[in-house]
Amino acid sequence: MITNTPQVPSSASVSKLMLHVGYALVPGTLAYVWLFGIGVLVQILLACVTAVITEGLILALRKRPVAQTLADGSALLTAVLLALAISPIAPWWIIVLGTAFAIIFGKQLYGGIGYNPFNPAMLGYVMLLISFPLEMTNWPAAFSLLEQTPTLQTSLDVIFNSGLGIDTVSGATPLDAIKTQLAQGLDIPSTLISPDYGELFGALAGVGWEVVSIGFLLGGIYLLLTGRIAWQIPTAMLGTIAILASVFYLIDSSQYISPLLHLFGGASMLGAFFIATDPVSAATTPRGRIYYGIGIGVLTFVIRTWGGYPEGFAFAVLLMNMAAPTIDHYTRPTVFGQGKG
Amino acid sequence: MTTASHKVFDFHGGLHLDEHKSISTSKRIEQAPIPAMLVLPLSQHIGAAAKPCVAIGDSVLKGQLIAKADGRVSVPVHASSSGEVVAIEKRNVPHPSQLKSECIVIKTDGRDTPIDTEYTGLANYHSLSTDELRQRIHDAGIVGLGGAGFPSHLKLKPNGHHVDTLILNAAECEPYISCDDMLMREQAPAIISGLRIMQHALHAKNCMIGIEDNKVEAFAALQTAIGDSDDIEIVRVPTRYPAGGERQLIYSLTGKQAPSQGRPLEIGIVCHNVGTAAAVHNAVIKGEPLLSRVVTLTGSGIPQPRNMYVLLGTPIDDLLEHCRANRDDIGRTMIGGPMMGFVLDSTTAPVTKTTNCVLVTHQRDVQKPETALPCIRCGDCADVCPVNLLPQQLYWYAHSQEFDHIQDYNLFDCIECGCCDVVCPSRIPLVQYFRFAKTTIWQHERDTEKSNKARLRHELRLERLEREKIEKRERHNRKKAALKKEPEQKEDPKKAAILAAMKRVKEKQSVTNISPSNTENLNADQQRKIDEANARRTGQNKDKNGS
Repeated sequence: MITNTPQVPSSASVSKLMLHVGYALVPGTLAYVWLFGIGVLVQILLACVTAVITEGLILALRKRPVAQTLADGSALLTAVLLALAISPIAPWWIIVLGTAFAIIFGKQLYGGIGYNPFNPAMLGYVMLLISFPLEMTNWPAAFSLLEQTPTLQTSLDVIFNSGLGIDTVSGATPLDAIKTQLAQGLDIPSTLISPDYGELFGALAGVGWEVVSIGFLLGGIYLLLTGRIAWQIPTAMLGTIAILASVFYLIDSSQYISPLLHLFGGASMLGAFFIATDPVSAATTPRGRIYYGIGIGVLTFVIRTWGGYPEGFAFAVLLMNMAAPTIDHYTRPTVFGQGKG
Repeated sequence: MTTASHKVFDFHGGLHLDEHKSISTSKRIEQAPIPAMLVLPLSQHIGAAAKPCVAIGDSVLKGQLIAKADGRVSVPVHASSSGEVVAIEKRNVPHPSQLKSECIVIKTDGRDTPIDTEYTGLANYHSLSTDELRQRIHDAGIVGLGGAGFPSHLKLKPNGHHVDTLILNAAECEPYISCDDMLMREQAPAIISGLRIMQHALHAKNCMIGIEDNKVEAFAALQTAIGDSDDIEIVRVPTRYPAGGERQLIYSLTGKQAPSQGRPLEIGIVCHNVGTAAAVHNAVIKGEPLLSRVVTLTGSGIPQPRNMYVLLGTPIDDLLEHCRANRDDIGRTMIGGPMMGFVLDSTTAPVTKTTNCVLVTHQRDVQKPETALPCIRCGDCADVCPVNLLPQQLYWYAHSQEFDHIQDYNLFDCIECGCCDVVCPSRIPLVQYFRFAKTTIWQHERDTEKSNKARLRHELRLERLEREKIEKRERHNRKKAALKKEPEQKEDPKKAAILAAMKRVKEKQSVTNISPSNTENLNADQQRKIDEANARRTGQNKDKNGS
């Protein structure tokens, strides 16, 4: 075979890309650990170990280069994202099961990196949410809301000793609180000032959660500025959520969550910059990425507002993953010379 | 002359590459020595190979026609120095396929004796008709010297179109290459003169020169050569690969997009390279055929990178020796630039009309090819594609060999510039996949055409057999009918038949004694069929030889 490829040095590489996405996760993750405890790091560690072992095993079974493929960092990134998406006080087997499922069924069975139609982390997340709703909806409260800061032992017990001492650390998430209260006929302004839930809400959204969201936003901006993620997806997604939330909030602020709570209260920031932008499962044409982002925004808003779950981002991503090939087909850019002169 | 405020249109994508041009522009263009052997390929251009008109053992003079153009899309080849034809055979030539090709080999005598050319120099080319002008350019063997090698006389024919703008491509956007830059610095008046001749041949209304803004000295030299006249506009375009791609440059200068799969001429624009313009000047004003060109010898494997006037047919080995390149250090030799050039297997190959650069890389600088990882659809390739394609989708379909789908994504608009390869984080040799897909589709189309022809031939044969059967039956029936009628006659039918037969034989013998041959006395229809069959047979043989 004659090789006539460009002979200019290039520094682009997949592992470098993954590494920078990892760097960008640092501020949000640090804030998360600082405000919600060491459990976050334990989950990340469990996920990473599981991901490396599972991916290595499957690669060996598929007779593919193990070390080289693991070095691309994509399995680790999936693991970290899933660990950040589940509750830091979930029992250890939750994250192990979810990560293994994400790697095996979400990625390797489709042929490994580049061939998975769904975002593996979100596939793992949704599997867990549907199979283990109790464990998946037990969230910690921010340290500032607890009577006393849990010790390291308590944190580890919660994860490894069948939820020992879980009541001392758990609390409702802001989106969760509003959803349950609305179901019981209490409107949002009442929830915000209610003695039970009022303290959950901070300046932007939920106490603690808003800071974590800002951390992820900062990391996302870094990725945008360095051109490592497509700007269309997060912009379209967050813009759509902001617009829809504002419209409904203006119509009836007693029944609809404020746009700030939408943007900084749930998975919006982590999802918009780190999960929806996963290039493998997203739309790939410039225009298609806008539609893809809008789609995720709309679906997230719809599920949060009218669906059965307080957070709808994971479902929104998987649904739009399915639509990505069709979006790509209909949004092919006009090729040079075929448009108007 | 207006230069200041011309709007430059921004084409999509492209890359800022390290230029590496200054290493070869510090010295003036030097004259390469006459080599001991000249190897002149018959096909140094796009189109039919030239036909040799000299024989082994013939003495030839510098500038002598040694191979005639074969057909419309072809140009002649001339001896670039004097000597003796020692071989006409297949030799290594600079071509990506690395296949050998028919060459005329001349053993030079070192005297460089010129021939009295058919044409004398002509200061006032306006006295010639544009057809005569094109004929001169054709007879001088001029092709596009920018690299493509399309016969220039064809690109100087308006073909019924109205040519609005003639663009001179002075962008030279590939890294390392500096032959056009140096030529402009040193031969600007010849280039401008050539441009005016081309303008005359095309009856072009406007002339523009597009030059990358990194060529400051060349720009100044062109400005000086243009002087006060305001018929040529010179526009600086931002240095960004591939600014010198024909369609990209046309867009940058005019904002017009040459139609995909069409020619710029259709939108009233013709684009030529600066080197071609200089060659046209030499052909028309001086009466000289194309015998040499400027070649950049550069790269880390060349001790002192430089530009040289090289006689066409000079083996690259001779140039490397002249530049004192250490053969043991050479890791890779490429023809052309690092983006679109190709690796040369054998340096015995000669410099041809399209050899703009010999890029020699020291073995310590040769990057090991990296293993490609799966595509992650990041879309970086689409961001840099100057044609606005989706290389990630093209790759997907090339990889899975879905050649119908790949054409939906406009595979044939790919200009193979290689930008996508450079930015791909998975290090996928994308252009390679696209070339593979293109050649496979072309092969498939040729095969389909062949099988269509065969099917047609088969069907016609069946038709003929059927017709013959019917005719036979009709003849038979007529005979039968004739026999049935005969009993009504009074004479004994058998006797009469015998008599008649004998009479016929006698008559024939009296006319001629030569026994009849079945190829004689053919009717017009039969003769035509035989001719057609013969034509087909020779056509097939040609196909076989050609493939």
